[in-house]
Amino acid sequence: MGKQSTVPFGPQHPVLPEPVHLDLVMEDEKILKAIPSIGFVHRGLESLIEKKDYQEMVYVVERTCGICSFMHGMGYCEAVEHIMNLEVPKRARFLRTIWCEMSRIHSHLLWLGLLADAFGFESLFYQAWRMREKILDCFEMTTGGRVIFSVNTIGGVLKDMEPDHIKAILGAIEWIEGELKVIRRTFLFDATVETRLKGVGVLSKEEAHDLGCVGPFGRASGLKVDTRKRGYAAYPEIDFEPVTSTVGDCFARCDVRINEVFQSIDIIRQAVAKLPEEKDLNVPVKPVDTPLGEYFMRVEQPRGEACYYVKGNGTKLLDRLRIRTPTFANIPGMLKTLEGADYADVPILILTIDPCISCTER
Amino acid sequence: MAKLMNFTGTILKNLFHKPVTTKYPAEPAVYPERSRGHIENDFDQCILCGLCMRNCPTGTIKVSKPEGYWKINRFDCIQCGYCTLKCPKKCLSIVPGYQTPGPEKKEEILTRPVTPPPEKPAAKEEKTAV
Repeated sequence: MGKQSTVPFGPQHPVLPEPVHLDLVMEDEKILKAIPSIGFVHRGLESLIEKKDYQEMVYVVERTCGICSFMHGMGYCEAVEHIMNLEVPKRARFLRTIWCEMSRIHSHLLWLGLLADAFGFESLFYQAWRMREKILDCFEMTTGGRVIFSVNTIGGVLKDMEPDHIKAILGAIEWIEGELKVIRRTFLFDATVETRLKGVGVLSKEEAHDLGCVGPFGRASGLKVDTRKRGYAAYPEIDFEPVTSTVGDCFARCDVRINEVFQSIDIIRQAVAKLPEEKDLNVPVKPVDTPLGEYFMRVEQPRGEACYYVKGNGTKLLDRLRIRTPTFANIPGMLKTLEGADYADVPILILTIDPCISCTER
Repeated sequence: MAKLMNFTGTILKNLFHKPVTTKYPAEPAVYPERSRGHIENDFDQCILCGLCMRNCPTGTIKVSKPEGYWKINRFDCIQCGYCTLKCPKKCLSIVPGYQTPGPEKKEEILTRPVTPPPEKPAAKEEKTAV
């Protein structure tokens, strides 16, 4: 048995877009144990619920994350809508679905780029981000923002999609579908990528279940978990099945995410085909109506399941808001994959859970 | 079956393709119509009611009716557009064009001359009993 040593990894590290610190207990090149510590970017967003009224809070909640900002805003709005018994117009629910799936495409393309960067394939990284730019343009055209959209409101959405916008979105996703089919060949069938990803960080279905893994990370291990199937926004009227894999290694996670981009493209097409013609986009909320009660909302974000607990006391200021983000649920699974891994595989193993530390610390 | 040279087609295509990026600022940036760049106030319509100040999530707008000013710190504004929803006269709007960077956080102040309130008639002098 060799001598054990502890190597600090992060919070400043070239592969990490956000700060997380890991103490890697190592024996030679093998990792025996990884001890995480977070708390470098805590912003105290949840406590702002005591100072901002519940409608203003939409703009704070959607700033929890820069990638899935739309879904954070939507999850909070749906929770408050359930408490207040508001019936969201059907068109607004479909528009939310379209924006959600566009966010998923944008997030997965960003992750594919980061993965390519982590295993040292710079040109592939640029190709993935080039595609993502089209989605950002569509977001800016429809909502006015590229990252933070501010279109959700309690009771529906604030902006409509014109026929020109829908045509542009359909054109963009068709272009992405064609381009991704070309890039997919490199991600899934290239010998260099395959040797770097296959068999690395295998997590079995039982382990993923016991450690509570969510999202593509859990689905790549064979867990058929997808909160969209529980039905929110317009998902009950959309036909889709969760993308899963049974292998559970880094390559499977890459495969699942690429297939989810194609699935999102399909969902957007279905949603556009079923988009009802309605003028009302939101239910007006009277100033005297205030949330009284509590609700627990679950939303499927690109990284996995996010939970929102909202408790209202009948005034404009809510009692409690709690957000549990998918990265928080996936950290135990990541630590499990790190055990017994090589030191050189640590960046890829951290990246394959698609970590969003600012989300996690809120 | 894994192969080599999967990326060659993309490389060759990129060699003969014009760049997808634009050379900003040499080429002007094109903003879509709905782009949320910055807040503008049509000050002639503004009644200085202060609803935008009370509803701004970041508290960047300051309004004073007695002193006749409406001011905004553009560096603190998050372009959420909540003030434009709350404005009763609809004089606030979000227009394309992002805030330009600057060395210090300056406030932009819109003022109008204050009309002094009409003077109250002087109170009658109380007659004192002699």
